[in-house]
Amino acid sequence: MGSFLTNYAPEIFYVLCGIVCFDTALRALKNEQSKIPTFLFWLLLGIIFAGGKFLPPVVTGALLVVMGVITVTGNLKMGKFEEASYEFKKAAADKLGNKIFIPAITVGVMAFVLAFVKYTEYVPDATTGELVATTKSLNGAIMTGVGCVLALILAFIICKPKVKETREDSARLLMTVGASSLLPQLLGALQSIFTAAGVGAVISTIVSAIIPEGNIFAGVIVYCFGMVIFTMIMGNAFAAFSVITIGIGYPFLIAHGGNPAVIGALGMTCGYCGTLMTPMAANFNIVPCAVLETKDPRWAIIKTQAPVALILIVVHIVLMLVLAF
Amino acid sequence: MEYIKLVGILIIVVGFALKLDTLAVVLIAGIVTGLVSGISITDILATLGTGFVSNRLMSIFLIMFPVIAVIERYGLKERAAYLIGNIKNASSGKVCSIYMFIRVLASAFNIRIGGHVQFIRPLIYPMALGAAEKYKGAPCTTEEDEAIKGLTAAVENYGNFFAQNCFPAASGVVLIQGTIAAFEGCEWVQLADIAKNSIWICVIATILTVVQVNLYDRKLKGGNK
Repeated sequence: MGSFLTNYAPEIFYVLCGIVCFDTALRALKNEQSKIPTFLFWLLLGIIFAGGKFLPPVVTGALLVVMGVITVTGNLKMGKFEEASYEFKKAAADKLGNKIFIPAITVGVMAFVLAFVKYTEYVPDATTGELVATTKSLNGAIMTGVGCVLALILAFIICKPKVKETREDSARLLMTVGASSLLPQLLGALQSIFTAAGVGAVISTIVSAIIPEGNIFAGVIVYCFGMVIFTMIMGNAFAAFSVITIGIGYPFLIAHGGNPAVIGALGMTCGYCGTLMTPMAANFNIVPCAVLETKDPRWAIIKTQAPVALILIVVHIVLMLVLAF
Repeated sequence: MEYIKLVGILIIVVGFALKLDTLAVVLIAGIVTGLVSGISITDILATLGTGFVSNRLMSIFLIMFPVIAVIERYGLKERAAYLIGNIKNASSGKVCSIYMFIRVLASAFNIRIGGHVQFIRPLIYPMALGAAEKYKGAPCTTEEDEAIKGLTAAVENYGNFFAQNCFPAASGVVLIQGTIAAFEGCEWVQLADIAKNSIWICVIATILTVVQVNLYDRKLKGGNK
């Protein structure tokens, strides 16, 4: 049971994501332009989603390249859709009242409830190989997936929509988000290549070369900006943290008497300030632009966040100087 | 010539700046970085494939699209705006501040509610927009609408990022403690020490958020005079 929850249950929900892609692919065949390439793009994404765990990684990588060729040649096209009229929506809102909130709230409530679910799995110990009972929380895919499936059922009971409309609207939403929908994952994959190539080590050598030895003030500033810049490049503060803390945090701050708990805690959140300012963190900054249909598809959210992020970086530097030394 | 490995970063920066096709830019950056570092093309594709599949959780929001499709067609946004319109003194700043408090508290207790697809598009953004129009006493212009989209999306990120490390078993805290405790003389650092020191930033980030969203309220009202 434990290993089923860890290894296979999330796949059920990824298959459902795949089905959303497949349905969008079918809808693409009704496009006026670029029917076949658009169909192929969503079909391939569906295949990777649904079968990702079982496909050989080389094949997945090659499929991604095919998808890249489709977008770079401008062959991923949005279809034409008829949206529900304002009058229709207003009438539905007046008729259904607050019941319309039930599905949306269900997603949140289920995530909340499932966060408390724990289960025991027997995992082989890293050194001895003996099976050890380990308490685990549910995988994120299960938490979101269960809530969404339940919410969809409730939405159908409450709104009684036509299946055809729902398919049309889902395909429209996915086509609106478009290629950004796979950007976060692709950037995650890019990080794996950066790591395999040793990009981190090169950057940390460059950064650590510019600090004057024994100057705490300079050390704190370089450490904080190192976290910000490296996070902006990698799109992920976790990837930056070990590299910058081992390369700069320890030799220039902790080894000079800085409190390691303070430096570690602040170092990581300082990296998050970088996350707020980089398009590389696509899941936080780019996909939401597409989801909210902002006019500026790349910088709308980063522009809002940048002033707060810059103030917070200064706050981090001051706090680190005051609390750690 | 270790520096040649940074060529991928250069490709990303140039590609993003020139607004080239994002997907192709990222793929090329990955493949070129791999090739100049002496990784074979099959290994590069395999690394890409593995990385892509293991990050599928980031795109799990796709599963929510059919739900949003139904509830938006049946007037969710209109209802949210109507409800907010009935609350006296409602403003987009207040909607955002309240969401920030809920998001921060939930994050600090490791309850993963939130998300741009799950909460911001269907609930928070239409409420904030409805509140802004009520507060301003007139429909929002396109620029104002765009600003509210930006603010609601940003609040989701602030609440998510800066509160999560207050929970001692959060993945970020575990990573920090694992890295730090391996240093000489730092073996005493526990998860709780990291979590405790993350509270400062959580509080300050919350205050800054409230300031930012309320400043926008002022701007909105000022623009109407």
